[in-house]
Amino acid sequence: MTRLIDSGRRPASSRRGFLAAAIGAAATALAPGVTLYAFGGEAPPVRAPGEPASAKSRWGLLIDAGKCGDGCDRCVTACREENGWGDSGPAETRPQWIRKVSVRDPASGTKSEPPVMCQHCAEPPCVDVCPTGASFKRADGIVLVDKHICIGCRYCMMACPYKARSFVHAPVDNQKVAAPRGKGTVEGCTLCVDRIDAGKLPACVAACASEAGGAMIFGDLNDRESEIARAAATSATSQLRADLGLDPALRYQNL
Amino acid sequence: MARAFIVAIAFAALIAGAALAQEAGGGAPVPDIPKAQGGHCVRDPAFMRRYHMTMLLEQRDETVHQGIRGGDFSIARCVTCHAVAGADGQPVGYSDPKHFCRSCHAYASVSIDCFECHASKPETPAKAADAAPVSDADLATLDAFLNGGEK
Repeated sequence: MTRLIDSGRRPASSRRGFLAAAIGAAATALAPGVTLYAFGGEAPPVRAPGEPASAKSRWGLLIDAGKCGDGCDRCVTACREENGWGDSGPAETRPQWIRKVSVRDPASGTKSEPPVMCQHCAEPPCVDVCPTGASFKRADGIVLVDKHICIGCRYCMMACPYKARSFVHAPVDNQKVAAPRGKGTVEGCTLCVDRIDAGKLPACVAACASEAGGAMIFGDLNDRESEIARAAATSATSQLRADLGLDPALRYQNL
Repeated sequence: MARAFIVAIAFAALIAGAALAQEAGGGAPVPDIPKAQGGHCVRDPAFMRRYHMTMLLEQRDETVHQGIRGGDFSIARCVTCHAVAGADGQPVGYSDPKHFCRSCHAYASVSIDCFECHASKPETPAKAADAAPVSDADLATLDAFLNGGEK
């Protein structure tokens, strides 16, 4: 059935997909737990100069919480280094673009420590409530704050069910060139939008792939041939608070 | 009464001081603008003086909302070529009066909000900028941006 649909549309890639799947099955049989694809997923393509972000792609992450090491926070430190949010100010109001959350199923006792950040919802409530239009969703699905327009009202922080956004309370100095941030505005995970535009993986994904468990896969959720889509097809994924119907671009496994 | 007298004296002193400064400099005071690195600016200096804020504003919306990066008028590019070395040889930030943007904005008494969020010094050293004359396309985009909503 799938083959029929695929061969009608894109015969070459379908054949390649079939071959990859066949080799993948062989590899899995030889060494369980070994995956064929490189850690971290595929880096996004570099767009031509002047070409805007396209709605053809929807960037997302697949996080395998089963591979998140005990107490490992490499993704958090990588984000902090990349975007320059840090340990400034009182602990209660410190920005958190990404955080490790410990969850435990009381019935079974299963524990995991997934990272949680902006889920880049398809129906983002932060965008719905923003009175100025500062909170917006880019064509490729990345949810951002235009800090030029943000008035710091923090409605978006209240609307977000994931506590993904932070408010900058104190003047900021020594910002990163690629990550402007300042007092009186709301901020959160940008999926490292400048790196995506430059054809690179987000900092958390790159760090997790090279220095930690390789728990994160970045990719285009709209592309059925992408690694993230293939990984999601092989085992069940879940979205945080899927009941809210926000359709987050972050998918989790083994929560 | 005594207070008014003191204020008047202070004003007189200020005016005299300003006149002395003008005489010493041979005319109106001018800002001390640091020289940039890398040869030429992305457009003529006259054009940049007049329109840099508008070009920055136009490119900012394209960058933030559409993800179009690498244009000529990025603030990161400004602070890279126009970095001013401090006493330690490292580029100074906006808090230093020697900072390129600040030297002129302080003189013109125009407040500048960019650096409340944006980095005011480069992370990487300057490369030679590509000199480009003001083209008709520049003026057309500028005109479209400035008058776009009214047409």
